[in-house]
Amino acid sequence: MGEVPEVPERRGLLRSIWHSIFRGPVVPRDERERRRVVLIHLPLHLRPTQVPEAALRYSRTFGLGGMALVLIGLLMVTGVLLVFVYKPSPEDAHGSLLTLQREVLFGRLVRNVHYWSANFLVVVTCLHLLRVFFTGAFHGARQFNWVIGLLLLLGVLLSNFTGYLLPWDQRSYWAITICASMASYVPIAGPWLQRLVQGGSEIGASTLLNFYAIHTTISPVFILILVGFHSWRIRKAGGVVTPPVVGTPDRVSFVPNLLMREVAVGLGLVAGVLLLSVFASAPLGAPANPGMSPNPAKAPWYFMGFQELLLHFHSLFSVFVLPLAAAVALFLIPYLRYDAEPSGVWFLSAKGRRLAIGAAVFGLVVAPVLVIADEFIFTRESWLPGAASWLRSGVLPVAGLTLATCALAFALKRRFAPTRGEMTQTIFVLLVTAFAVLTMTGVWFRGRGMALTWPRSQPASAVTEIAEAEE
Amino acid sequence: MAEDAQRKRRSFLAALATGLALVATGELFWVASAFIRPRKRRDMRDRREGLIVAGPVETFARDSVTAFPEGKFYLVRLSDGGFLALHRRCTHLGCTVPWDEEAARFICPCHASSFDMRGAVLGPPAARPLDLFTVRIENGIVKVDAGQVIERQTFVPEQVTHPSARRRTAAPPPPRRDG
Repeated sequence: MGEVPEVPERRGLLRSIWHSIFRGPVVPRDERERRRVVLIHLPLHLRPTQVPEAALRYSRTFGLGGMALVLIGLLMVTGVLLVFVYKPSPEDAHGSLLTLQREVLFGRLVRNVHYWSANFLVVVTCLHLLRVFFTGAFHGARQFNWVIGLLLLLGVLLSNFTGYLLPWDQRSYWAITICASMASYVPIAGPWLQRLVQGGSEIGASTLLNFYAIHTTISPVFILILVGFHSWRIRKAGGVVTPPVVGTPDRVSFVPNLLMREVAVGLGLVAGVLLLSVFASAPLGAPANPGMSPNPAKAPWYFMGFQELLLHFHSLFSVFVLPLAAAVALFLIPYLRYDAEPSGVWFLSAKGRRLAIGAAVFGLVVAPVLVIADEFIFTRESWLPGAASWLRSGVLPVAGLTLATCALAFALKRRFAPTRGEMTQTIFVLLVTAFAVLTMTGVWFRGRGMALTWPRSQPASAVTEIAEAEE
Repeated sequence: MAEDAQRKRRSFLAALATGLALVATGELFWVASAFIRPRKRRDMRDRREGLIVAGPVETFARDSVTAFPEGKFYLVRLSDGGFLALHRRCTHLGCTVPWDEEAARFICPCHASSFDMRGAVLGPPAARPLDLFTVRIENGIVKVDAGQVIERQTFVPEQVTHPSARRRTAAPPPPRRDG
């Protein structure tokens, strides 16, 4: 052996195959190898070799971005499985889900994991957006990444929305009907938009096929590409945002310090989703019946805020002006002019935190009061009976609320002298709280005929039981 | 001079390439949109199949509402004997409105909009009357063109088709007169 100097060590076939795949240590033994594994292994090379010690704290991010990634992974795996069973046509769709749940091994579990992951993804993405906002992680190099994040949120909503129709039960059919009809209130482009969403003059086979195609091809590819872009830009901006330090920050190696924490969060999340999916099933009601609308008929929960708006404001404002204004404001957040704002500090400062909490409490009190007042006091008959509806329930209330918000902002400015960042944050908290209240009102407190009620045993679950009992 | 010409040529070629790239991108979206866009032929098929023969005039009592689920409309006969075909889709958010015999109105289950027998709005949130389909009466037979939805802003008497008065075909007037 020693006589052949070119081959210092002869390996067996299996060992040489192993070494051809993993050209270095897989489990690092010392500090040098810990940095090396990050560089030489494809799954890890997206990550830095070292991270600031301050970035390890869980309360820095609550792992929300990573959780979104894990959920996207779960959705991809379960989604691919579902594609093998699902049939995208009005005649077969509902039946194929029954087949999935009754005849396919773990079919119901896979569908439940897909369902819960999709719903959690909306929640986690929104929480991630709030975290990024409240830790000021949208300045400087991170400016454009905020915009990419918003596009990702749009992608997540598009995925959820197109997936919502696929079971083709009463719930999904009428939810999409309502959303498509809401689109028709957009000025000028409305009817065209409605036809585009429906793929025809009404919801039918072409709607289902279009939604299926978008759900299984366009939106996942869109999300995957943007997730890569989003992560890459976080890396370029120096990792997660951390509070400014004097001198050089303490750095620790990525493996195992951050990696193990991330793996723990990811595995915990997967375990949680699996556990929930074992005990709580995704709803599947009676097959879609275009001749009978359920009462009440509601949009998917993440769009209920808009449907609730439609109950209070003229359609032009609730479907077009207000959402457009909110979207523009969201996109502009990183481009507003701020004083030098600290990044990586929750709520900017102690004053910022106090103002934010105050705004949240204020919103939680005032928004329900306004909803109830609009329902019972400013009814259409008693409030300005002669005026046109666009004036009575459009321009006037919107102008009034805008003025009230401005007055509040002015009063806060006089009283607390906040910085621009703290002021923006306070208004942001107020608006987000108000929208959350509207969403919760729509989801939980709207009963028959969309009248305000206390949440009772949901009629939707009764419908599910009927469908289950059919066979 | 030659260098200047070269620079001009190069910037021209660069602009040309950029322009062509934009055109190609546009074409890509154009082709993609053609796949997603509602196809005309589907609608035309709808229209051919859309003509529904409701039946002889006298089978419909005055002040009655008859549902035609296959055509997604209600055939209404008003007290003056005229006919209206109302789309069953609520003009607010697209729910299907059932006819409530006791209340003598259409009441939407989704948001409680209500419409009278002529489809005119009685209660919000709906702002427009129920959509119409064209009603034809040929030789005393009521036919409804359920392929083409007609939107309207208000109810006007011209929307009503009367058995004797309005004829759209060259056919001779129906022998019977219905009151």
